[in-house]
Amino acid sequence: MDLYSEILLDHYKHPHNNKPLKKHTHRAKELNPLCGDSLTIDLEIDLKGKIKNVSISPKGCAISTASASILSDYILGKNIKQVAKLKNEDIIKMLNIEITPGRFKCAILPLATIKKILN
Amino acid sequence: MLNPIKIKEDFPIFKRKINGHPIIFLDNASSTEKPKCVIDAIKDCYENYYANIHRGIYSLSEEATEAYESARSKTSKFINAKSEKEIIFTRNATEAINLVAYSWGNKFIKKGDEIILSVMEHHSNLVPWQELAAKKGAKLKIIPLKKDFTLDFDAYKKLLSKKTRLLSLTWMSNVLGTINPVKKFIKEAKKYGATVLIDGAQSVPHLETNVQDLGCDFLVFSSHKMLGPTGVGVLYGKTGMLEKMPPFLYGGDMIREVTQFKSTYNELPWKFEAGTPNIADVIAFKNAIEYIEKIGLKNIEAHEKELLSYAKEKFSKYKKVHMYSPKTELSGGILSFNIEGVHPHDAATIFNEQNVCIRASQHCAAPLMKALNIGSTNRMSFYVYNTKEDIDMAEKALKNVLKIFKV
Repeated sequence: MDLYSEILLDHYKHPHNNKPLKKHTHRAKELNPLCGDSLTIDLEIDLKGKIKNVSISPKGCAISTASASILSDYILGKNIKQVAKLKNEDIIKMLNIEITPGRFKCAILPLATIKKILN
Repeated sequence: MLNPIKIKEDFPIFKRKINGHPIIFLDNASSTEKPKCVIDAIKDCYENYYANIHRGIYSLSEEATEAYESARSKTSKFINAKSEKEIIFTRNATEAINLVAYSWGNKFIKKGDEIILSVMEHHSNLVPWQELAAKKGAKLKIIPLKKDFTLDFDAYKKLLSKKTRLLSLTWMSNVLGTINPVKKFIKEAKKYGATVLIDGAQSVPHLETNVQDLGCDFLVFSSHKMLGPTGVGVLYGKTGMLEKMPPFLYGGDMIREVTQFKSTYNELPWKFEAGTPNIADVIAFKNAIEYIEKIGLKNIEAHEKELLSYAKEKFSKYKKVHMYSPKTELSGGILSFNIEGVHPHDAATIFNEQNVCIRASQHCAAPLMKALNIGSTNRMSFYVYNTKEDIDMAEKALKNVLKIFKV
């Protein structure tokens, strides 16, 4: 099955960067009202706009949790300007799965949460 | 006993295959599929006698009016209302509840009044009352759930008082399947002179309904959950109640006399049906009711209980599966469950691989999810065309979920 790859399930069961940060400069929370899922992302951004630290607290399905985990790896150490350019399609590419329309929202929830901070 | 295999043949959608597999439809609490007779009735109306109703002098309009009003009369008999004047067609059950909240609620709910609801209400029987209570300074009181997934009747009795103005209660939970003993609840409320609305969206399609025996003031339900078209809801209201209520929507068809600056309003039931209604779909709803009557509600109820008990037996074999269901004799054909370590959205996605259509969400009952201390559930819900083989397929899908997620 294409959707639930080993890599994706590994991210779901052991999400990266999900330890709380000692200090964060930014926090955003997003909800999916359909399923009651939520995702909180904390960032520590330095004065130059570099993401020094990231922490995710996902409460959701395998797709949204894996997406948050993969995205957190990707943005760590990057400048917020670069992250702001990310599009939904980029996330789908990173996940490397065949996403069905019904699950699209799950996949892009983490990016929407990050964008909330960057805006 | 009914024959679901034969019944399935009446539903054109089940001829369809997706990725070579037949469709196993287990999301009937959300909306049901439509038999050919209902689809044909819509087509017949538009092809042979369609015109606006209650207006034309010509034959077409007279025929359409007669068909529309005969659907009302059929609906009235189906729930044993005293008169067809007590049947108001709306867009859906949600709109029917809103009609009562706006029209009856605005007039009769006062500051300090109390409205009793249960923790298992669908958002549609919660949010309109939240709004009304906030506007009027009234208070919502919530009947809690017991560990056996039934409502706490003793706690309910303690909530009742002279301040109770309304009890608005679901007959059957869309998540747990629990069938509430509404007659008992209504009787208690009536001791305090409270008005009672019963949300029959889940029950009317599956259980025999007799509003005169129940003694409720209002009952709402929806055509699309009982084999009928979307866009048709029903508000039943006792004549005495409806007569005391101001109109909900204003405009054409609901008026008696209009002058430039003042109008008087039509009599029941048209006072509450402003504008051109959903003519063809209301007409086809009559065919849905006739189809259900032909099968027989007693047979439907027995069939669904048998499926529920079969599904529970199958699913209880798996340690990682947790079911949220009362004793089968207290439940309709709905089964909510979770799989430990697997989010419902992921489970439903894998069920879909085999065309097993189940629902995964909060089911528009977020406060109930909170009371159960869960985020969401998977839900299977049955109807006349479901077979034990459908449940076998669901079990196969469940095994697949366990395999993929290694739980």
